[in-house]
Amino acid sequence: MTHAAADLIRQPARVLAAAICEGEVSSVEVTKAHLARIAEVDGQVHAFLQVTAEAALETAHLVDEKRGSGRKLGVLAGVPIAVKDVLTMRGVPTTCGSRILEGWRPPYDSTVVARLRAADMVILGKTNMDEFAMGSSTEHSAYGPTHNPWDLDRIPGGSGGGSAAALAAFEAPLAIGTDTGGSIRQPAAVTGTVGVKPTYGGVSRYGLVALASSLDQAGPCARSVMDAALLHSVIAGYDPRDSTSIDAPVPDVVAAATRADVRGLRIGLVKELSGEGYQPGVLQRFTEAVEILQGLGAEVVEVSCPNFDYALGAYYLILPSEASSNLARFDGMRYGLRVGDDGSNSVEQVMSLSREAGFGAEVKRRIMLGTYALSSGYYDAYYGQAQKVRTLITRDFNAAFAKADVLISPTTPTTAFKIGEKVDDPLAMYLNDIATIPVNLAGNCAMSLPVGLSPADHLPVGLQIMAPPMADDRLYLVGSALESALTDSWGHLLIEEVPNL
Amino acid sequence: MTAITREEVAHLAKLARLDLTATELDHYAEQLDVILQSVARISEVAADDIPPTSHPVPVENVFRDDIAKPGLDRAEVFAAAPATEADRFRVPRILDGEEA
Repeated sequence: MTHAAADLIRQPARVLAAAICEGEVSSVEVTKAHLARIAEVDGQVHAFLQVTAEAALETAHLVDEKRGSGRKLGVLAGVPIAVKDVLTMRGVPTTCGSRILEGWRPPYDSTVVARLRAADMVILGKTNMDEFAMGSSTEHSAYGPTHNPWDLDRIPGGSGGGSAAALAAFEAPLAIGTDTGGSIRQPAAVTGTVGVKPTYGGVSRYGLVALASSLDQAGPCARSVMDAALLHSVIAGYDPRDSTSIDAPVPDVVAAATRADVRGLRIGLVKELSGEGYQPGVLQRFTEAVEILQGLGAEVVEVSCPNFDYALGAYYLILPSEASSNLARFDGMRYGLRVGDDGSNSVEQVMSLSREAGFGAEVKRRIMLGTYALSSGYYDAYYGQAQKVRTLITRDFNAAFAKADVLISPTTPTTAFKIGEKVDDPLAMYLNDIATIPVNLAGNCAMSLPVGLSPADHLPVGLQIMAPPMADDRLYLVGSALESALTDSWGHLLIEEVPNL
Repeated sequence: MTAITREEVAHLAKLARLDLTATELDHYAEQLDVILQSVARISEVAADDIPPTSHPVPVENVFRDDIAKPGLDRAEVFAAAPATEADRFRVPRILDGEEA
């Protein structure tokens, strides 16, 4: 890799977009630099399941031509991006990390992908994930785990570990993730990157292969708060193709990230999302960040959300229930894997054989859990009760937001753990999402941003900011202020400290 | 709440159309039991008079204008299918032997 290319891959998306727009560098040069980086390091990281090099270069050429002819370009025109393999992209294999969809080429674009294209962005490829987004480590991908660039023996979080690792390895300046219980925020936390789960309904779910329809939400992944804001503004907004899409203007997240001011803002510390179970190194960096926010003029108050203690239980009933229904579509009839179609097996036998062969262990576990929770005789005790708890969690949020403009907590209880450590211990794995799940249940929005390295293991620690529904701009207001204070003290973004691969 | 048995797991697998192996049945019987005991904590919450939430941001009766738009490309759809015949999805027989 040339010196110039090595420099390009470390630039913020905002800077790349400006340089492309000014003609200082071409989109083709920027795209080539990232493709070269992927070729160089993805053997170690395994962030990508599919690299669409040819299509990417073709798009980059078109963007350069468009610029040359003086036509108006999008705000992130020519900037490369990686897309989680759960969003459909016409003609490009979309696997969701599962064998059951191996080689499936969707006949349509998801709205998120369509918006990236419309914004003249260059899609580099599809990123690795836990199968059907079920997991917190990317170890449940049928195509092998992704490695955390901070320590290749550790997990990059999940389910969007591929998108987060691609950023931390400088393989892409931006990425798309999806967050059902923390799958954008938890990978961001353990890779020292920024991830945002927008308000439910803020970004279209059309073409997002469903895990749990009432919880799933796509969002931006980046190395800085401003880059996340720019990407957020590209993908968010009403889509008539998603019946749960919110028909209202997108909060001005870019203006909020620019303002970066927390003076007079009330920030609530959630009592239940701290203390026992959280590593001392995580709590130390979190507490320091709280002090910084106070120093910047924010008023810090403590709030209590007692029903958050039941969020994990409610989530692991609601999610498998919705997932077991959603994944019923993978029956080997219209798309995906078909096994045992030998002329003698019946359609039901072929379905059972195909699903047995095509789904991995965690997916089967959750399908059965959901089938159980929805079955007659158990429905009221499990699924019905979980939905009531969901109401109580929303009420806790409402009460907390009466006292505070935003809430904060550590994003995860621990830093990145070792690959293999929790892979067959579902309960231990589920605990990774304890702080991120309440937001999905209530449908509001949240961001994770890096606040330093844990003194215990020198791995990144993430801080979570939570805001009310459709107040996504507040995440960027607070996140940008905190990031700017932290980078002033460090002299650079935390990601600059990631070891060389 | 009762513990989940191996027979129940086998029944669930049948309902969910998963042709699980004997080893998987043993393994999942154990794991599902542990998970269910853990999530059962939610029964501690007194919620009799609490309305359920099925959806975080309730929206009702979502309509869109009745405008004809092109559907999916048939050739692309069939190219992604496991088996086709005469411009249709080909599926295995749908009746069991004795019913046929």
